[in-house]
Amino acid sequence: MKNQVGKLFLLIALGMLILCLIFGLLAAFNYIFPGIWKNSLSFTKLRPLHVSSALFWILSGSIGTIYCTLGANNEKGASRRLSVLHLLFWITGIVGMFYAYLTNQFGGREYWEFNPIFAFPIAFAWLLFLIQFIRMVKPIAQWPVYIWMWLTGIIFFFFTFIENYLWLFPYFRSNFITDTTIQWKVNGAMVGSWNQLIYGIAFYIMERISGDTKPARSKKAFLMYFLGLFNLMFNWGHHIYTLPTDTYVRDLGYAVSMTEWILLANIIYNWRRSLKQIQKNYTFFSYRFLMAADIWIFISLIQALLMSVPILNLYTHGTHVTVAHAMGTTIGINSMILFAVFVFFLDNSCYTIVGIFRKWMNILYWLTQICLFVFWITLNVIGIKKGILQLHHPEISFYNMMTDMQLLFKIFTYTGSLLMISMISIAVMIGFKYLNCKINKLGKLNENFIIVSNNSKSFKST
Amino acid sequence: MNQKTVIIIFIVLSFAFVSNSINIYLKPFIENNSNLHTKESEGRLVWQRNNCQTCHQLYGLGGYLGPDLTNVISSPGKGVNYVIGLLRTGNATMPAYHLREEEEAQLIAFLISVDRTGKSSPLEFEPLPFGQIKQK
Repeated sequence: MKNQVGKLFLLIALGMLILCLIFGLLAAFNYIFPGIWKNSLSFTKLRPLHVSSALFWILSGSIGTIYCTLGANNEKGASRRLSVLHLLFWITGIVGMFYAYLTNQFGGREYWEFNPIFAFPIAFAWLLFLIQFIRMVKPIAQWPVYIWMWLTGIIFFFFTFIENYLWLFPYFRSNFITDTTIQWKVNGAMVGSWNQLIYGIAFYIMERISGDTKPARSKKAFLMYFLGLFNLMFNWGHHIYTLPTDTYVRDLGYAVSMTEWILLANIIYNWRRSLKQIQKNYTFFSYRFLMAADIWIFISLIQALLMSVPILNLYTHGTHVTVAHAMGTTIGINSMILFAVFVFFLDNSCYTIVGIFRKWMNILYWLTQICLFVFWITLNVIGIKKGILQLHHPEISFYNMMTDMQLLFKIFTYTGSLLMISMISIAVMIGFKYLNCKINKLGKLNENFIIVSNNSKSFKST
Repeated sequence: MNQKTVIIIFIVLSFAFVSNSINIYLKPFIENNSNLHTKESEGRLVWQRNNCQTCHQLYGLGGYLGPDLTNVISSPGKGVNYVIGLLRTGNATMPAYHLREEEEAQLIAFLISVDRTGKSSPLEFEPLPFGQIKQK
């Protein structure tokens, strides 16, 4: 039953991904056909539908993965009733969100624009997830780094989600600068929290593919985890360099963001070893998705570091460079890691990554990577062009600026269409295989590979 | 890494995070500078209820389909009447918003108060050493 719930979360995630891509494309059409559907399905509806669906794709996928990996054979762990209740609250939140957007019931903040009443089921669901998680990991004494990352992600998502609604109190709302500072503190830390969930999953999958349990328990892994946590907590100031908030907020954000050079140096240092691993594991499809995520981490980290330098941020702030960064991280990193875990479950539980499925998956994989790269480059060019025009040609009106970039918007929309087709095809193929896969087989994975032992108080690989 | 060490570092970092959060929360209380009065504060809610941030930005934060509105009130050739006109009629991209008179006044009051907080144009900043910037 517990794994059925995990599997249902995974199917919800795939559904949210498909919706997210469709809404994203419909929203993008507004750039080449201004005002299209403005009186029915306006941009004010489409963008939140796209963004919120993307968030629920990442969050539902993470919840499903954690349930499927931790919940399977830990009979004293996750409660069946709570799992079902968790799922029901989660679905209520999602349905409420769609209902609010489609009936123009806005009122929230960026990323969570729906009527705040629908935040309650989401918060309850997350609280239940936290309780379930603690029950599942309680018997384990020496936690590998990915369990710490999951715990961090769950706690900080809950904290920031609640903090996100402080504006409901007039005290906070009545000071625009403080209110906006809190809003972007929330957004920055919240992105960090779901990154902890996703990177934890990547760590877990790497361990499973390699069969080597040492890296997830090494000092280096924990140092990198603490660096990530430190950035989650304090680097958000780089979002608000132009906001007249306290100087220390901006300086702290800048200084902490620069510690990410250590992460970049670590990636470069490990490059040769990573190449060897790629050659060795290329036949594993899930590894191929992880490999793509690795490359996107490298690209996105360089971009993030440059964007975090205030003088360069002046050019990119409020432009599509920010969108490019968001797309690079959510599609290139988060979605690739989730695809990796979905394919990994299939490969190990249903033995389906063979024949025609494999051939098509290969084609779609490369189509996705190529389209994403062109899409990302186009967004950056749009953003840089706008940044330069804003700073050096302030006399040009916003309308003329947008008209001048029509060709770039067309490239962005058309490559976005291809990206949507390839990613939806991957999601549909995986979804159908999941539906055909016998219900308990995902859980079987854990019985075969992971034993939670109260005696040894550690994870063992068999 | 030893589990106890991990727990200690986690708690220390979390304590620093919570302290910083409280420091930010208390700022309006300590400085006693609530810069939005009821009308303007309600205007912020009108802004949210109509999801203006989806297309527009304040201090470069928001969506990019429309222009930044931080200083729309004080910009030459724009101002209160320009905003009201656009709100009522819409344009090629933006639908017309049929706000109540009271809501319209609240939204305008909010935009006026935001305008007073500072300038958002990148032209208003000058470089400092180490890549930092400062408002002119």
